[in-house]
Amino acid sequence: MSVSEPAISHRAENRVWKKFRYHRSAMLGGILVVFFILIALTAPLLPIPDPAATDWGAVRKAPSAAHWLGTDEIGRDVLSRMIWGAQASLLAGVVSVAIALLLGVPLGIIAGYFGGWSDAAISRCTEALLAAPFLILAIALAAFLGPSLTNAMIAIGISATPIFIRLTRGQVLSVKAEDYVDSARAIGLSTPKILVRYIFPNILPPVLVQATLTIATAIIAEASLSFLGLGQQPPDPSWGSMLNTAKNFLNQAPWMALWPGIAIFLVVLGFNLLGDGLRDALDPREH
Amino acid sequence: MEFSTKMHEKTDGTGTDPLLRIEDFSLRFQGHDVCVVDELNISVSAGETLCIVGESGCGKSVSAMALMGLLPKDVIDIPDGEMWFEGQSFDLTTSTLDAHLRGNRMAMIFQEPMTSLNPSFRIGDQISEAVRRHTDSTKSEARVRALEMLHRVGITAPQQRMREYPHQLSGGMRQRVMIAMALVNDPSLLIADEPTTALDVTIQAQILNLIRDLQDQTGMGTILITHDLGVVAEIATTVAVMYAGQIVESGRVADIFDDPQHPYTLGLMSSVPRLSGPRARLTTVPGVVPTIANMPKGCRFRSRCPFASEQCAVRPALIDIGKAHQVACHHAPLEQVVSVQ
Repeated sequence: MSVSEPAISHRAENRVWKKFRYHRSAMLGGILVVFFILIALTAPLLPIPDPAATDWGAVRKAPSAAHWLGTDEIGRDVLSRMIWGAQASLLAGVVSVAIALLLGVPLGIIAGYFGGWSDAAISRCTEALLAAPFLILAIALAAFLGPSLTNAMIAIGISATPIFIRLTRGQVLSVKAEDYVDSARAIGLSTPKILVRYIFPNILPPVLVQATLTIATAIIAEASLSFLGLGQQPPDPSWGSMLNTAKNFLNQAPWMALWPGIAIFLVVLGFNLLGDGLRDALDPREH
Repeated sequence: MEFSTKMHEKTDGTGTDPLLRIEDFSLRFQGHDVCVVDELNISVSAGETLCIVGESGCGKSVSAMALMGLLPKDVIDIPDGEMWFEGQSFDLTTSTLDAHLRGNRMAMIFQEPMTSLNPSFRIGDQISEAVRRHTDSTKSEARVRALEMLHRVGITAPQQRMREYPHQLSGGMRQRVMIAMALVNDPSLLIADEPTTALDVTIQAQILNLIRDLQDQTGMGTILITHDLGVVAEIATTVAVMYAGQIVESGRVADIFDDPQHPYTLGLMSSVPRLSGPRARLTTVPGVVPTIANMPKGCRFRSRCPFASEQCAVRPALIDIGKAHQVACHHAPLEQVVSVQ
């Protein structure tokens, strides 16, 4: 992806939006993502039962008018748990990527711009972290930090950091060689100012695309950690822990596994389509 | 930054002291013995234009970048060099330029106007930033100054251009913006590194005229780096011909064009197509500039020189052969004027 393209200009914004608007799969992704975000945000306002309220008279009931998506093994409403679980999933996705961005982008800028020993140190650590598979690293970190949603988000965030360090470093290396950085130095601007005003805005587009795609990965990671009991703790609902319970009742109550499975599939698909669409829309080569 | 305690009594413009004088400036890349810029001596007076001419890779741009302090310190090594600028002495070997000097007293414009502006910010903001870096002006004062400068470099509807992004401007306009940005703080020296190479011929002439007009108005000195002899004839007061990192000939523009003394200058002159006179095949200087790794000992032009002889194994010194006309060649001054046709 070229970096000499304006990231935040009005005309460019319009062009990017226009390209995005006619990108069908990107719009589908956007709609899915917005749908889940709306559900997660309005969870407290929706007329649904308490997700933790048990009903021993309605254990593992199939979907019906009273319980649209059925009930689980202790009679909790699955629809309600799905909606509240969306909060955990999206929060985990967004917060962990925010952590990865906050750590990864500055480190990547330092490594790329200053080079030398700082680059060597940062890059070697990045490579060491990248050597371990993403999910394994997240599981190890979450286990080390202790099971809770917050720790799961930190673990996922740290595991996703090396991707952003590496991407940012590469982008900085190419932006740093641009003439406008030399001309900024020729008018006497200070290094911090050059980093903030000349380097950062021009490495942003590919980083944004990567961030969107990584949200999808992070949501799967959160579901995996919760499935393993390292994420959201009962009785708080999470799609991952719902799947974990559901696996014991696959024959008797398949809907318990079906809904969280579909939800994870759709939200991950949504973020991936959105990321691909953003990549195409921000790619200056296809004007 | 080390300043010499000795200040020159006369300041630029008022006396005979040149605005900028560089003495014995050498530069090499770390890990190489051969200097890519070797004992460079140049001077520029206020209101004058020095053109540094030479083919690609002869060290023109790298010298300019080094003078502006834009080369990464971990890559280059400056074994020798002294600079006087506006009556102050700078030791080039121990210090790089104070950032306050850059963009304030000394400014630079680059070859590629298409890529020399930050694509993410508006034109007005970029110029204002240059103003605010070196003065205490407020945001609105800086914008007024930027607007005034855009007007001076001949940009139509400057109010509107201030709000535009670089990709909305043409190459010629961007180069004007670059010039506005470089000159917004009234520098006394402008270094222009091939400012017209990326532009088409009509725009080239406009940009050169603009530089000359601004120079007339402000009395700044200019160093113009180019490989285009047409540009040199158009704008230069003095010329320094560089070959493989060394100045081989320097003098007033008329001397260089009418009475070139170095075989390399002769070669350059005869490789320019002319409109008058009989039509003949264009001559070229045979061969290419030697690489740093296999630079010939003695005269660096020896391997390509038609006059090369045994004495050329010793490096020729830069000698005076006329009023302010210097040549580094054992065969100079030539016994007869060589017709360049």
